[in-house]
Amino acid sequence: MSRILPAIGLYALACAIVVFALFPFAWAVISSLKTGAAIFDASPIPAEPSLRNYAAIFAEQPFGRTIVNSLVVGAGTVALSLVLALGAAYALGRVAFRGRGLLLMVILAVSMFPQVAVLSGMFELVTALGLYDTHAALIVSYLIFTLPFTTWVLTTFMRDLPKELEEAALVDGAGPLIIITRIFLPLMGPAIASTTLLAFLVAWNEFLFALTFTLTTNARTVPVAIALISGASQYEVPWGPLMAASVTVTLPMIALVLVFQRKIVSGLTAGAVKG
Amino acid sequence: MTAQATVHRSAGDPSGAMSLARRRTRAAWLFLAPTLVALAAVGLWPLARTVWLSLTDARLGQTGLARFVGLDNYRLLIGDPEWWNAVWNTLVFAVGSVAIETALGVVFALVMNARFRGRTLVRAAILVPWAIPLVVSGKMWAWMYNDLYGVVNAALIGVGLISAPVAWLADADLAMVAIIATDVWKTTPFMALLVLAALQMVPNDVYEAARLDGVSPVRVFFRITLPLIRPVLLVAIIFRTLDALRIFDLVYIMTSNSRQTATMSIFARRELVEFADVGYGSAASVLIFLIVGAVTLAYLRAARLRPEEAAR
Repeated sequence: MSRILPAIGLYALACAIVVFALFPFAWAVISSLKTGAAIFDASPIPAEPSLRNYAAIFAEQPFGRTIVNSLVVGAGTVALSLVLALGAAYALGRVAFRGRGLLLMVILAVSMFPQVAVLSGMFELVTALGLYDTHAALIVSYLIFTLPFTTWVLTTFMRDLPKELEEAALVDGAGPLIIITRIFLPLMGPAIASTTLLAFLVAWNEFLFALTFTLTTNARTVPVAIALISGASQYEVPWGPLMAASVTVTLPMIALVLVFQRKIVSGLTAGAVKG
Repeated sequence: MTAQATVHRSAGDPSGAMSLARRRTRAAWLFLAPTLVALAAVGLWPLARTVWLSLTDARLGQTGLARFVGLDNYRLLIGDPEWWNAVWNTLVFAVGSVAIETALGVVFALVMNARFRGRTLVRAAILVPWAIPLVVSGKMWAWMYNDLYGVVNAALIGVGLISAPVAWLADADLAMVAIIATDVWKTTPFMALLVLAALQMVPNDVYEAARLDGVSPVRVFFRITLPLIRPVLLVAIIFRTLDALRIFDLVYIMTSNSRQTATMSIFARRELVEFADVGYGSAASVLIFLIVGAVTLAYLRAARLRPEEAAR
């Protein structure tokens, strides 16, 4: 008895956690399959499930275009952060020079800046460079989030690579660029994978800069497009298409996160647990 | 190996090892430069501009014409009830959400750390809210909270907890509760994963010894587990608090610019963009920066100055 009761309690808690985690998304899926007046009925099973809402967001709104924008911005952010961070990580992880620890702290401090505290300065920068309402505006401004953690993760990883590899290459007369690209890069698969994923997620989800630095579908990303789906009044919000759009942009993210579960969890927790 | 490399180098180069080290340092700065320039351009420079603009009467789109007005913006801000209302809302949100997320996160982590069939399913399920974009989470919950057709009202009426539909997002106090609940759903997974990672580092024989001594599980948790995971818990709480103090997306999505739930970031962006008052909005932004910075320092000090850790 004393062993069965705790086991039942544990399973009940585990079930509660699963329901708590999954219900809101499940409800969005259910709602997105209801059309017409059926959406105003809180029944858990759509009477006549249809994909009309999904067709509507692509036919009646430029939703396809905003997905392409988000992909371009995400890929650009990842590529630029990785190229910059690889060089920085080599310097910070492999070369002993004065001020290295201080630089790492400064880089970390930049990631602590409240987004709104750089908003007006960033807006000036974006307009001065002629980037307003372009993909580049978002790719450049997202570096403030992605570059610090990318640099940190890659530095930590590169620092732990064996010394002999680099020395052998030095003897052969290889310069730093060759050492980074030919010798270290092939060994850094796990670190590159987790930073790529996290940087892409940041770019895919970001809202405040995207809302402020874009104006038209030229560069508008998915979160802004979803935020702007609204009716003439709050009683006319097209909830069916809105839920369809939400499910469409979320499913690939959930798939990515579940496939790369281990990498993401280790990437997220590495900093906090190791201190 | 090092000696070999040095010998090899010094054969054709009289200055020898010294120049190799110097060359490496020069290369290091060269490879570091692009990152430093980029961070200065998107971080330090915009921050410096925001500080400068907060001392002017700049308007959106014509910041070149700005006139220096000293601390006028700050003086106005300190007397502005809207600002204090935003500060209060942010504090309520930060304290409420972080407290609940920490407590729930520990519970979730303890469950996921127990051995039972289906544990991997729980760990996968918990990642789903974390993977969903914040904007999407806000919209999904706004739909669930809908006063006429929302599933929350339907469920609560169904079980008899309320007799008439509640306008969750229109009522001042309820809207904040609704927003906190959404944030708890979205962010508890992050907390739980961090705590779980810490729990997994606690050696098993500690529990084994406690069990053999017949210590009750509750006592084991408070006397053994909690002190061991405290450092990680503190780091997680710092990260979450800093995030919560900057909250923008969720509030903007769920209640737009409503004054009842406006947070500091909502207030600052509204002044900056909607009212085009860059000077005033920048002053608010600088205050947010100072508040977040002060909280970070306070936490770091508190975490470091604990006697038991200093003794270690």
